[in-house]
Amino acid sequence: MLRLVIRRLLQLIPTLLGLSVLLFLWLNRLPGGPASAILGERATEEKKAAINKLLGLDQPVYVQYWRFLKRMVQGDLGTSIQTGQPVWDEFTLRFPATVELSLMAILIAIVVGIPLGYLAARRRGGWLDITAVSVSLVGICIPVFFLALILKGIFAVKLGLLPSYGRLETGINATEVTGLAMLDGLLTGEFDATWDAFRHLILPSVTLASIPLVVIVRMTRASVLEVLGEDYVRTAESKGLEARVVRGRHVLRNALLPVVTAVGLLTGALLSGAVLTESVFSFEGIGKFLYDAIGGRDYPVLVGFIMLITIVFVLINLLVDLAYSIIDPRVRVN
Amino acid sequence: MSLVTPNTSKIDRLAELTATHESSSGNSLWREAWGRLRRSKAGVIGAVVIAVFVVLAVVGPWFAPHNPAAQIWRDEVLINKGEFVGPRGENWFGLDHLGRDQFSRFLVGARQTLLVGVVSMLIGLVIGAIIGGVSGAAATLGGRNGKRFDTFVMRVTDIMLALPSLLLAVSIAAVLGQSLTTVMIAVGVVQIPIFARLLRGSMLAQGNKEYVLAARSLGIRKRRIVMTNILPNSLSPVIVQATLSLATAIIEAAALSYLGLGSPDQSAPEWGAMLTQAQRFFDNAPMMSVYPAVGIIITALGFTLLGEAMREALDPKLRG
Repeated sequence: MLRLVIRRLLQLIPTLLGLSVLLFLWLNRLPGGPASAILGERATEEKKAAINKLLGLDQPVYVQYWRFLKRMVQGDLGTSIQTGQPVWDEFTLRFPATVELSLMAILIAIVVGIPLGYLAARRRGGWLDITAVSVSLVGICIPVFFLALILKGIFAVKLGLLPSYGRLETGINATEVTGLAMLDGLLTGEFDATWDAFRHLILPSVTLASIPLVVIVRMTRASVLEVLGEDYVRTAESKGLEARVVRGRHVLRNALLPVVTAVGLLTGALLSGAVLTESVFSFEGIGKFLYDAIGGRDYPVLVGFIMLITIVFVLINLLVDLAYSIIDPRVRVN
Repeated sequence: MSLVTPNTSKIDRLAELTATHESSSGNSLWREAWGRLRRSKAGVIGAVVIAVFVVLAVVGPWFAPHNPAAQIWRDEVLINKGEFVGPRGENWFGLDHLGRDQFSRFLVGARQTLLVGVVSMLIGLVIGAIIGGVSGAAATLGGRNGKRFDTFVMRVTDIMLALPSLLLAVSIAAVLGQSLTTVMIAVGVVQIPIFARLLRGSMLAQGNKEYVLAARSLGIRKRRIVMTNILPNSLSPVIVQATLSLATAIIEAAALSYLGLGSPDQSAPEWGAMLTQAQRFFDNAPMMSVYPAVGIIITALGFTLLGEAMREALDPKLRG
């Protein structure tokens, strides 16, 4: 298992190197450039050149790339052109918000999706099955931002039940510990902050949950159906095991294996969804910041954020593989 | 038959081999799958939805009652001050915020949407299939160097897949600037690694089959084995994916429009661009958003239903 971890972490190095080359080639092709983003479109050429010189953008790409690599090895990701803050600080400032949102979304998806998929498979062709299948079909076909819009329109605008933007109400003074607003409230005893953060999370996380929920329901259903037809389930039933034991130990445990992998692979989709969800709900996470960075041609932020997101993505998949070997003893042997 | 050279006899035997192969498992696989597809309710519904959509997209714009770009009722909208004009005899879907006929825009939008879906799917399919096909062929029959090449290509697709798809599309759109072509390319490129992986995986699976071994032991040229044996038998998952990606392409195009990277040309918007415009007025005129949104959802649903039904029909586990 340790060898797997080491091998994966070593594989990260060529992946990141390759990615950074691609990112640099891509950024070099971007029209505009940070100088015009800072100075506006009518800036004089001299001023633009001065800014470019200041940022080191007047050098050839390979020189820029070499400098970037040297800094990267020292753990320095550069400074955001738009905010003037270190990229690393910008990332750590916003990352908890996205983590909180994604965790909540994945949690909703798992808690609702697995039982729903399981029940749909057990009662194949029943009303629950038909509803689950059709809802999940519509779920993949609805644009995320439109779903966000409908939820916002109903629960925030029409009914006024929930806040429609931001992470916390402006009046609330929350002490920051971990950056996860709900957890911070619990740790410091500011329960009103926890409650407020929770209310702000509901709409964005339900919206974002729609993506993994659909996948989890469908995967669970298909997987349970497959396992139910296996010989070992019939054997377990015929040797008189309690239905509860058969369901838990034979059916669910085997059926959930592909679901676990799917959850890991969903991270990418979740981040894509986060860009849209965060921008609809003005939720200050990395998705929204990254999107703003594209508009502002904030090269260091784009490169740094995408590399960091890739690292997170690879690490999550590693964790999923490790979880896999805990659930499935067969993988451990191999 | 001593006059027959070993070479021609080899080809004869190959012909025999491929012939039996095609008649016993090749052809009947497709015929069986077709039969199952026609019996699947979801598949038929999906096909009907797609047919309606395609007819609407191809013929619809000619029957558009008004010029979709002309702000014919502009004064009326201005007088109403933000009160949107709903459906009525002259304008079946009502007017938009600039006094244009929504129904005409919907019809023209259908064509643009179909165009975006099909073109971006083709970009992903063609480039992805070439990459995956070459990689898969190299991995199955290319020896050690082929395996190395395959590993390299797969690492590259890994990197592409490691990026969240929307960010990849946004990056591409940022380079190319705002236009409908940009949207098609951006959405298409995101699909490339998916198609490449799929075809390669499927070819690797076929490469281990006995008939490939048989063909190799007969000394048939590798290129021929790939083209006549491996490739045709590896295509079914790719066809399924192509159908499914038409749905995702339409949805992703809408997302790009929403992020402000779609076509700036408002005279002929695709449904995603219509939806993006309409969502600003969602609180006052929800119906304005509903038409394009329902269009997108139902169309995507059609492609998904058909794709899923095809996947089930082609699943060898379900063969009777």
